[in-house]
Amino acid sequence: MRRVAVVRFPGSNCDMDTLRAAELVGADAYFVWHRDTSLEGADVVILPGGFSYGDYLRSGAIARFSPVMAAVQRHAADGGPVLGICNGFQILCEARLLPGALLRNAGLTFISRPVPVVVERTATPFTCAYEAGTALRLPVAHGDGRYVCSDAAATELESGGRVVLRYAAGDPAAGPGNPNGSAYDIAGICNAAGNVVGVMPHPERVVEPILGSDEGLGMFRSFMMADALARA
Amino acid sequence: MSFRVHVRVMPRAGLLDPQGQAVEHALGSLGFAGTSAVRVGRAIELDVAAPSRDDAERQARDMCERLLANPVTEDFELQVETR
Repeated sequence: MRRVAVVRFPGSNCDMDTLRAAELVGADAYFVWHRDTSLEGADVVILPGGFSYGDYLRSGAIARFSPVMAAVQRHAADGGPVLGICNGFQILCEARLLPGALLRNAGLTFISRPVPVVVERTATPFTCAYEAGTALRLPVAHGDGRYVCSDAAATELESGGRVVLRYAAGDPAAGPGNPNGSAYDIAGICNAAGNVVGVMPHPERVVEPILGSDEGLGMFRSFMMADALARA
Repeated sequence: MSFRVHVRVMPRAGLLDPQGQAVEHALGSLGFAGTSAVRVGRAIELDVAAPSRDDAERQARDMCERLLANPVTEDFELQVETR
């Protein structure tokens, strides 16, 4: 049984969906409140989407200092899998667990629609169930999704094969594949070790046919695989 | 002693500032045709108790580096005045 902690911050709003997705793949999933200091023996930690602390100051900037984040930092440093989805990705960047930052979408509007992405890196605990190059349609729902980083960080990401998901050229009728102006069409990255992953799209929203698609389920099936925890 | 700290946080030069662009367009619509290079940042004010002005500034700089500004994307300026 794999224990999955879904961290709730004030303003998280994808926590229930994320817990449900983890349960669907057979995980022992539970919530951890942001004021908790223990992850209660979690194998996997997920920071869900939402608007922690109302996105005050910058998205993720306040959540980063929540008491639970010290435990998340330790879990990550020990090689434990950490996934940040949307606001979770923003928090991981603010916490310096991932390089770069997520700024206001280039078009300024909040974007909520499915976008085409390609799974580029499968050597992570959250993408090892996919074949490299797999094309997915995953929903995005964000106002601050434009990934930026220094040139040096971009070089490290690209040369290290650390782009996990990349926005793909989509159906021209549906608009550009890259919805927010992200550098290098980056939709998701991982740290150097590969155990910490951040993605802007919401895989937890497409995990059952009744939701229209189960293309995101693989991100949850991945960490259930026998060798997933060593797949970074 | 108490000091008033004024923090000015601006998006780093060279980074796309879509808010600045939108404001610039709106100013153009209002008839301010000569407006250019609009950028939108953030102003933060706070009081800090410190034994000296230097110490207040040192604390404020630490606040900026750790929370008030994102070193990846933003630059900040400080002004410290005696209350």
